[in-house]
Amino acid sequence: MRTANFPLEITQELLFSKALHEGVINRQTQNYSLQTDKLNVFIDNQHILKDIDLRIPEKSITCIIGPSGCGKSTLLKTFNRMHDETPEVKVTGRVVVDGLNIYDSKTNVIDTRKKMGLLAQRPCPLPMSIYDNVAFGPKIHGLRKRKSLNQMVIQYLQYVGLWEEVKGRIRTPASRLSIGQQQRLCLARGLAVEPHFILGDEATSALDPISTKKIEELFLKLKEKYTVVLVTHTLRQARRIADYVVFMYMGKVIEAGTTEQFFNHPTKQLTKEYLSGSFS
Amino acid sequence: MKQIRAIKERTARYVMLGLAIFALVLLVVIGISLLIKALPIIREKGMITLLTSSDWRPLKNEFGFLPFILSTLYVSLIAIAIALPLSLLASVYLNTYASGKVRKMFQPFIDVLSGIPSVIYGVWGTLAIVPLIANHIAPHFIEFSSGYSMLAGGVVLAVMILPLLISILVEVFQSIPREMTDASLQLGATKWQTVKQVLLRKSFPGIMAAVVLSVSRAFGETIAVLMVCGNITQMPSGLFDACYPLPALIANNYGEMMSMPSYESALMLAAFLLFIIVLVFNALSRLTLVQIERRYHL
Repeated sequence: MRTANFPLEITQELLFSKALHEGVINRQTQNYSLQTDKLNVFIDNQHILKDIDLRIPEKSITCIIGPSGCGKSTLLKTFNRMHDETPEVKVTGRVVVDGLNIYDSKTNVIDTRKKMGLLAQRPCPLPMSIYDNVAFGPKIHGLRKRKSLNQMVIQYLQYVGLWEEVKGRIRTPASRLSIGQQQRLCLARGLAVEPHFILGDEATSALDPISTKKIEELFLKLKEKYTVVLVTHTLRQARRIADYVVFMYMGKVIEAGTTEQFFNHPTKQLTKEYLSGSFS
Repeated sequence: MKQIRAIKERTARYVMLGLAIFALVLLVVIGISLLIKALPIIREKGMITLLTSSDWRPLKNEFGFLPFILSTLYVSLIAIAIALPLSLLASVYLNTYASGKVRKMFQPFIDVLSGIPSVIYGVWGTLAIVPLIANHIAPHFIEFSSGYSMLAGGVVLAVMILPLLISILVEVFQSIPREMTDASLQLGATKWQTVKQVLLRKSFPGIMAAVVLSVSRAFGETIAVLMVCGNITQMPSGLFDACYPLPALIANNYGEMMSMPSYESALMLAAFLLFIIVLVFNALSRLTLVQIERRYHL
């Protein structure tokens, strides 16, 4: 049974034994569509992530918080194998997405990335028009029909609330949009690939409060269909939109739980100190 | 104290402004002095005749520059046509596919290549490229070629500008923000798709600039081309024909011109034409670049 109150656990605290854990792995991955097992990341032989064991619950928002340098962005990058692009990074352990270990040599990295829509810290539109930015993903994955492409572009621009603002100029360069609009465009671009997960790496930190609010509202809408994992630097944001919170410190998961439980009844001393603002 | 700082600030500013202006003035002065020296022949023959005539008989006082102008343009064009695709692929590899180790290993080789004196390229061209063309390539297309040809000039020039192109292009690609190519990869694009649709697109202005720089270099390259392209005054009509670019004309004849004032003036005109070709080429490519940037939103 899925333990509703503790959807994110640290392995050493798991109640069942290792053997049992192995035995129920399939059932587990059905419950938890994204999980990591003994995930370690080394950059230039520096140990950045240490034995991360997480179960990310489906169709909810999970916020990863922690002081800068704690490894939260590094963790996020393991989910879409972007560390592959940096040869200095070594990843060990497993990240299981929809029942498949994405670090298995048989897993196709493109398929994995297709499942993960990532929203970066600063919006980075591709050097092309608004239309082509949204159509980019479907096109590279083989969609050629102009009609379907048009439909998709309109649909996703509508979904992120950008359509009304740009419909007269979707052939103009995306770089001319305001930064908040660019971020929503990047979200639309990511959604057009039809991912299963939405990852956000401090996706609102470069935005003004109004744009931030729009993006946060979109995340809340998105969690009805997608599993959303956000790295955030503001506790307030986590409190506002998260269903589950993971607190990391020095490359380790310190505490994880539901938002209510995490903020109101933290169990670890470090968490209490972090929440009270003793360090950040 | 404050005053001294202000004086220093002002001095530095004006000294640097002066030096910047000096560079500009130098360009103008070179242009004008060439033009003054060339004026007698222009007055005598008329610019249009000089540019469109293909008769070059200095002893009979006939000076047609068309063969030289065309030779210069053709040889440079062949060079860039060969070098650009090669250097693009090589620099894309170094930037996108190669690991940091491989990139570091290649760097010194490219630097050394661009530092080799051009006379060595010329010797190598005569020893390797000219016989290769004469014995193995030309026979497939025409009956006879000595190998000293436009193609030989183009190939040697291509090899010469290759390292220059590669090192500029690698710089250009490195200036593209990593987030942009990452964004494409994160959407599930392969590296090749990312290269084609994001990297090359975004760096198009930079690629153009690299081409302009290396073609300008090719226009002016003298000794290596002179050694391999035959130096026969004729309208170049095929890849295997000998040709005679402007810099080679000047270098070959500069010593013997003293006795004939009109010949001297003609050679100065050759230099002036070369100067103008490079200038016009730079200006034109800058203009097209602005147009392209505006049009494709780069």
